[in-house]
Amino acid sequence: MKYDLIVVGGGPAGYVGAIRAAQLGKRVACVEKERAGGTCLNWGCIPTKSLLRNAELYHLLRHRASDLGFRFDNLAFDWSKIIARSRAVSDKLASGVEFLFRKHKIDNIKATASIPEAGRVACKGADGKEQVLEADSILVATGATSRPMPGLPVNGKTVIDSHYAMIIDPQPKRLIIIGAGAIGVEFAYFFNAFGTEVTLIEMLPNALPVEDTEISVALERALTKQGIKILTNSKVTETATTKTGVRITVESIEKQTFEADCALVAIGVSPLVPAGVPLKLDPKGFIQIDDRYQTNVAGVYAAGDIIGPPWLAHVAMWEAIQAVNGIFSAATPKRLKTFPGCTYCQPQVASVGLTERAAKDKGIKFKVGKFPFLANGKALAAGEPDGFVKLLFGEPHGEIIGAHIIGAEATELIAELGLAINLEATHEELEETIHAHPTLSEAVHEAVGNAFGLAIHI
Amino acid sequence: MPITIEMPKLSDTMTEGTLLRWVKKVGDSVAVGDVLAEVETDKATMEMEAFDEGTLSEVYVNDGQTVQVGQKLALLLGAGESKPAESKPSAPASKQPDAQKKADTEKKASQTKQPESPAPQPLKTADAESGQRVKASPLARKVAAELGVQLEALPGSGPGGRIVRDDVLSAHENRAETVPQAPKPAAPTAPAVVAPQPVSQQDVQIQLGGMRRTIAARLLEAKTTIPHFYLQAEIDAEPVVQLRQQLNTANEATGLPKFTINDFILRATAVAAAHVPKANASFAGDTIVQYGSVQLACAVAIDDGLVTPVIRDAQAKTLSQISAEIKDLAAKARSKKLKPEQYQGGTITVSNLGSYGVDQFFAIINPPQSLIVSVGAILKKPVVNAAGAIVPGQRIVLALSCDHRVVDGAIGAQFLAELKRLLETPALMLV
Repeated sequence: MKYDLIVVGGGPAGYVGAIRAAQLGKRVACVEKERAGGTCLNWGCIPTKSLLRNAELYHLLRHRASDLGFRFDNLAFDWSKIIARSRAVSDKLASGVEFLFRKHKIDNIKATASIPEAGRVACKGADGKEQVLEADSILVATGATSRPMPGLPVNGKTVIDSHYAMIIDPQPKRLIIIGAGAIGVEFAYFFNAFGTEVTLIEMLPNALPVEDTEISVALERALTKQGIKILTNSKVTETATTKTGVRITVESIEKQTFEADCALVAIGVSPLVPAGVPLKLDPKGFIQIDDRYQTNVAGVYAAGDIIGPPWLAHVAMWEAIQAVNGIFSAATPKRLKTFPGCTYCQPQVASVGLTERAAKDKGIKFKVGKFPFLANGKALAAGEPDGFVKLLFGEPHGEIIGAHIIGAEATELIAELGLAINLEATHEELEETIHAHPTLSEAVHEAVGNAFGLAIHI
Repeated sequence: MPITIEMPKLSDTMTEGTLLRWVKKVGDSVAVGDVLAEVETDKATMEMEAFDEGTLSEVYVNDGQTVQVGQKLALLLGAGESKPAESKPSAPASKQPDAQKKADTEKKASQTKQPESPAPQPLKTADAESGQRVKASPLARKVAAELGVQLEALPGSGPGGRIVRDDVLSAHENRAETVPQAPKPAAPTAPAVVAPQPVSQQDVQIQLGGMRRTIAARLLEAKTTIPHFYLQAEIDAEPVVQLRQQLNTANEATGLPKFTINDFILRATAVAAAHVPKANASFAGDTIVQYGSVQLACAVAIDDGLVTPVIRDAQAKTLSQISAEIKDLAAKARSKKLKPEQYQGGTITVSNLGSYGVDQFFAIINPPQSLIVSVGAILKKPVVNAAGAIVPGQRIVLALSCDHRVVDGAIGAQFLAELKRLLETPALMLV
């Protein structure tokens, strides 16, 4: 029996691509060596959001209870239960993906896959059973894994990656996090909230270096206030494991040495290219594709983390849909242009489109509008006055080219601005749209007004 | 009995009407003679009056909707009456329900279980075809308005076939020149809206230069936004031809430069514009600007387009001055050495295709001006003279394109009569 499509990998790109192909009436198989759901559902986005919800609540109860009129004289937490809840959420969603496979009559094959040649996928099950499947098209969605740090191999005890960080038990007393991207920052917030002494080290000038610099600076200030020690412009030069943990030497203006129970390496990801027919890779080892998501091998396509940055689940899902639409129709698939990025520490950070830095580099003329949550009624009522909305508008037409939010619920607020950019809305459409009162979204509306001298509450 | 109000036939030629605005709202009581709504026909905006009394119970057509004559618009109920069970219009003939129906069909199609093609880029939608709503992003609309690109004809590459900025920009860049070899000094064709693709190997695609872009945008704007009307008159060219001969013979003897027929026409236009100042004016939204002097523009064909250099204060310049100045400006134009101040700020334009053998034409107005004079060739033809005899004569056709917002028919005619008077009695231009 021949499939129309075999998807290699069951993460966000893989399972979404498989379902879309099934929706188009195709016979589909999805080969995944572990549980469906990929890094996102099993060891990434979803379980960490569970941990961060615990952290946020504990932080609120511990530091802000008396402001809110509560007393918790014996506030305590159960670390093992916090981790168990996170795993349970993962289990539930992963089984949800398996249900979706059944619903769409997708053959869910648990095996390690290789691609001996176009049109064939060799599968080796955990039990050693081997089979070769045939398909007209193959979609590679094998994703990526944590990038190892030279000289500091992950051992699961004193040196961990994000996978171990979400199940580490007991809780480390002192933790060094190398890399202040979204993963590093989220774990810094999580462990610090529960009382771990956290040192966050970043080589680039700011935490969350891809975000707008103004947002990064505000975040650094907020996290420092919460007790996280942040070192930017800092390079790890020496590492050593000790009897009790690790010793890390960092060089910036001066040389400093830190000791901790544990070091978390969060310096990016490495590609997981399937074995078999050689696929053309970029210099960093990610699969190169053409405008139809096709690799150098005809009939073999790729989408998701495996085709390079940004390594985001929502981008992977979108790419897989584009790729599958392209495989089964004459329509030209689209390539990634605008996507939101979210970091779920508190205050949250969310953005879509260009940063001020990028707009300047591109020589785009723009206008900036800002509005602080301090002047937003709902934010004050909710006791969340920190942060602001910053919007960039192209000139002369006033189209929105970038949106940056730091503050409570920033990650939920960003959707409106993604839609605005995708539909090429200008400030006028945003300005004319009534935003419910009182909501945090009014801050977005006011930031639009601010750019054009029309904000009411500032 | 409930009374159905239908779209009335308000003029002989009316087949459909636009309900501009309901004056009465649902629930309002209506007396005979009350104005129910404002309706726009092919000819005028009219008030639709009630012929019965009652309460406006239901309206089937919204403000701004266009419907055919006879379609149900509203239901009027008498005291104590209630709505009949089937009160919906039976056969909606309006454009909007059609589009809606089509949209519904498309929606159904997309809900079908196994569409073969997900077609993320549907071509044109019903909206575009019916000339109603065009799916275009706000940014695309702004850019299109700026560049003079018509959205209706564009394919959209955005979500759901929406026209986005890139579609507008690429349409703008791809507008190919349609008649590359022929000089088009005064009336270049309006740019093609749908970007034509080369079909054979002999076809060439010519990238637009800045001048071509400007010509395309300005003339499209002029032809689509200015209400042009046209006047023409054939005049006796003999007096000008003779005067020119006399002057040129004299000049030849003294080594002075010769005059062209166009020099006389320029001079006549400058004097006529000074004599009929209402023709030397611009429409400026809330006002009309009437110029105190004549900044005389003259279309000059150059390699890849045309320019209209300006003779400053032409009303105060002699024939010799005008002749020398236009020679100099035309030479500079051809070698692309004109400075902006030498081609900007014209108040009236002359375009002369006589040397190409064109006997008559109507140029497009050069905004913000309100009038352009189109000059044909001098042709020898039989004419009936004052004595009623047919004799050989020399004739030239002068035509005017006028902006009716500024120059009414009578003003245009007055200006043309003045031109004719000056050219047929050229000595008048000297005084």
